[in-house]
Amino acid sequence: MSGDHDDDRHHDHGHGHDHPPGQKHPFQPDLEDSPLSHYQLLQMAVAELMIEKGVFTGEEFRRTLEDIDSRTPAAGARVVARAWIDPAFKARLLADTNKAAAELGIDAGTIPILTVENTPDTHNVIVCTLCSCYPRLLIGLPPDWYKSREYRSRVVREPRQVLAEFGTAIPDGMAVTVHDSTAELRYMVLPMRPAGSEGLDEAALAELVTRDCMVGVTLPKAP
Amino acid sequence: MSIDKTGHLRRHHDMGGLPAGAVDRHEHDHAPWEKRVDAIMRLLSDPKRRILKVDELRRGIEELGPGVYDALGYYERWIASIANILIEKGVIEIDELGRRMAAIEARHEAARAKGKGA
Amino acid sequence: MTAPRFPVGAPVRIRRAWPPGHVRAPWYLRGHRGEVCAVVGDFGNPEELAYGRRDGAKLTLYRVRFRQTEIWPDYAGPTADTLETEIYENWLEPAA
Repeated sequence: MSGDHDDDRHHDHGHGHDHPPGQKHPFQPDLEDSPLSHYQLLQMAVAELMIEKGVFTGEEFRRTLEDIDSRTPAAGARVVARAWIDPAFKARLLADTNKAAAELGIDAGTIPILTVENTPDTHNVIVCTLCSCYPRLLIGLPPDWYKSREYRSRVVREPRQVLAEFGTAIPDGMAVTVHDSTAELRYMVLPMRPAGSEGLDEAALAELVTRDCMVGVTLPKAP
Repeated sequence: MSIDKTGHLRRHHDMGGLPAGAVDRHEHDHAPWEKRVDAIMRLLSDPKRRILKVDELRRGIEELGPGVYDALGYYERWIASIANILIEKGVIEIDELGRRMAAIEARHEAARAKGKGA
Repeated sequence: MTAPRFPVGAPVRIRRAWPPGHVRAPWYLRGHRGEVCAVVGDFGNPEELAYGRRDGAKLTLYRVRFRQTEIWPDYAGPTADTLETEIYENWLEPAA
């Protein structure tokens, strides 16, 4: 969201609620030079009514938005990098991902995340065919393609072809396991540590870990 | 939803294994209003409130119907479902929702007109 | 917690049923045979939760593994390829 209350484009809303000057306005239209769509209007009206009815406060709303923005793949990358250098941490990660993430100061929330480990025998890839379940609190919001009809339809049936579209070739000697997140768990792939990364420290290792390799459609970057 | 050749119902969102085209890897930045939809859902479903469960959100999206499901974007489906369920539960009345949407639209159009005139 | 009906390793089949409504057993797995690879725990039934009914009995949730060649008649990849997913107990029956 852009602009704060000093931006004089928005001083004459007449919306009747007060908030401290200088604080970001939560209801700022995204595109001031376009009409609002039905769904944008619906969102804005629902938010205003929820705040007026005391269902949540404007402050809770702002903090939740900030929390959403703070969740990025970097948290998952830190977890992966730690697992690569510390076998005991890796074991704890595979046993209870949320608890292991908390050791690194990452609050991965209460919905249990299951980490599935790539090995020389098996490559894992994640999908939610029924909707868009995804470990958001650990790696951020899912990309459009993850939620698309094409990915959700095809990756369960022809995973190797879909992986090839992402530039990822899995040899026939390795099995591909697709995880369809249909219920209570969310999934993250623990990729194999790239060859040639032996000399890198934890921060440098984390730089190799992309969002896509934690979904399983690619491998980590080469060092 | 469709009835397949064996006579069985398949719902539109239940798409695993259906033929489809190449995956489009282009990603769009989430617009602020989309993140606000996400924030609304997180707050309504959090342990403090438990007004909506994610199962209800999903069911509401599935009930939008196949044409609407495909025509709408992801967060459009979410806010459509959230609004419908809040109405069903009596958290919001249709009348107040409609009036508020109209008022917001009027504010926005007034600001646009003023911006153009300035 | 109710004792799980299916232990790890049990061969199971996803029931052949096609009801309307909010169900979480994917269509493409109905009637297919897999093996329980984990007992996840007991959870509220999504078929009830989706309609605002929160006080019903919990269901045991399992992770079930399938061979891709069992699911798709024309699967082009190796027979070692698998698919794993979570299925609630009401959708499972014993397989031979």
